[in-house]
Amino acid sequence: MEVSLRHLKRPEESALDVSRRLQKRPRWGEGFIQAFLFFCGAVSILTTIGIVYELGKEALLFFQMPGVTLLEFFTKTEWQPTVGRFGVLPLVSATLVTTVIAMMVAVPFGLGAAIYLSEYASEKARKVLKPALEVLAGIPTVVYGYFALTTVTPFLRIFFGDAINIYNMLSAGLTMGIMIIPLVASVSEDALHSVPNALREGAYAMGATRLETSLQVVVPAALSGIIAGFILGFSRAIGETMIVAIAAGAGPNFTFNPLKAAETMTGYIARISGGDVAYDTPDYNSIFAIGLLLFGISLVLNIISRRISARLREVYE
Amino acid sequence: MSEQNLSNHFAIETRNLNLFYGNFRAVKDVNLQIVPRKITAIIGPSGCGKSTVLRSFNRMNDFVPGFHMEGEILFHGKNLYAPDVDPVQVRQYIGMVFQKPNPFPKSIYENVAWGARINGYKGNMDELVEGALRAAALWDEVKDNLKKSGLSLSGGQQQRLCIARALAVKPEIILMDEPCSALDPIATLKIEDLMRELSENYTIIIVTHNMQQAARASDYTAFFTMDEDRAGVMVEYGETSQIFTNPRDKRTEDYITGRFG
Ligand SMILES: Nc1ncnc2c1ncn2[C@@H]1O[C@H](COP(=O)(O)OP(=O)(O)O)[C@@H](O)[C@H]1O
Ligand SMILES: [Mg+2]
Repeated sequence: MEVSLRHLKRPEESALDVSRRLQKRPRWGEGFIQAFLFFCGAVSILTTIGIVYELGKEALLFFQMPGVTLLEFFTKTEWQPTVGRFGVLPLVSATLVTTVIAMMVAVPFGLGAAIYLSEYASEKARKVLKPALEVLAGIPTVVYGYFALTTVTPFLRIFFGDAINIYNMLSAGLTMGIMIIPLVASVSEDALHSVPNALREGAYAMGATRLETSLQVVVPAALSGIIAGFILGFSRAIGETMIVAIAAGAGPNFTFNPLKAAETMTGYIARISGGDVAYDTPDYNSIFAIGLLLFGISLVLNIISRRISARLREVYE
Repeated sequence: MSEQNLSNHFAIETRNLNLFYGNFRAVKDVNLQIVPRKITAIIGPSGCGKSTVLRSFNRMNDFVPGFHMEGEILFHGKNLYAPDVDPVQVRQYIGMVFQKPNPFPKSIYENVAWGARINGYKGNMDELVEGALRAAALWDEVKDNLKKSGLSLSGGQQQRLCIARALAVKPEIILMDEPCSALDPIATLKIEDLMRELSENYTIIIVTHNMQQAARASDYTAFFTMDEDRAGVMVEYGETSQIFTNPRDKRTEDYITGRFG
């Protein structure tokens, strides 16, 4: 004991030594790393700005074309750029219908899976199930697309018969929902899992059951994270392209009937950019305007989700 | 008098209680009789099984994988670990306050009302909440802010909120596991005063590592220590004044006079 303490004692220093040691010194490594990290952050921001600029420039070309007005774009219900019909609503309605259906699947199942994994599953089951769920998220969306077309739609036909089109929004939406379950589940599970055990103990100690504890204490405590998961899922559904391009239909159709075929915004963009449409035609230019609209919707959703998270955090922390 | 009636004299009675985590015996052969409407302190060095014993009284150890027990814990003559006993129901009779205040991230009002609601309370909730907060000596400080988050309170207030929350379930026994160890001395004294008031109506069992606290605030004291296998054993149990002024066991004397370890 004595020996090690003597080793640890700071050697005597003169006042001059001390003041020299206290001198500020340059730290080049520190500065370099800081610059590099700033650059990493800047890349993603600059890319985003570049994309918005490009989209905006091309979208402007579209809106400058003869016969195209913002008013018509946002209010008319027919989308046939080749013949001068520029109402974007049919594409928006299809995006809305498929997305809402997807969320109706992904929210309950995703949250349910998250609650099961975090609150009920044994450590062993968790270790197996969580990676399994994440595998689902790794399946290419084109596979989901054909799953919708060749499995889900025929299955739905059992119930709806001929009332349901071969290409339809219901099948695409349901499949998209299945695809998003792992995302919602994974983000929600992280949020639930980070709720301190002390809260659960507090609830149990008052005679709460596991279900009461999970739903009324743990879920509310994790709500901001869970809602962030929902919004992520929502953005994912709005932006999803392959499934709707394959299974929802390939023609704009202003309807809210999920049994009908209709083309979403992303589906339309995929079809036009994949086909051989000449540069500077209304069709070609229009995809940038629609891209910009999609970007805007995602942005608004993100802002809303941040607001919600911030508000909940105020209440719960 | 039948044996059934005899055990009714005690709030809780353990018989040859042994508590295990897997193969490790954390507590060995404890026979403890808790007197109703009194404050019983459990003291002893770190790791001697105080928390383990306390948490076995309301079956909070059920959540620990590998935990099991031998012996009996009698409550109104019923073994709390009998196969037909529902641990959820046990906890409605025997509440608990933890070492670190753990209010729910809900409003002050909701913190208190929640336990009553899940236990099927049908009466006037406002009255119940006010009553519980008054009983926990917190009402005057929070009555104008019932909608504020329980987490906005100070540590001492949070702990009293947790006591109010436990009272709202109308328990018979309140277990406290080092309830003041995260609090400053003034907040600590407030909790001790509160315990004294509450002991008129409730049986209180408190684990503490603070011997002054045990001496000041309790009626009975149980002293635990570890045997050579690191299993917790109860060395001595009696009235607090006797334990602190006239301990019968050498180990108790060493511990309370600070000659331990
Ligand atoms: N969850 C657990 N799993 C395994 N061992 C535990 C667990 N909790 C406590 N122990 C062990 O049981 C013994 C008693 O612990 P505890 O009751 O917490 O002691 P105290 O509260 O007196 O400090 C210690 O040796 C501790 O390491
Ligand atoms: Mg302890």
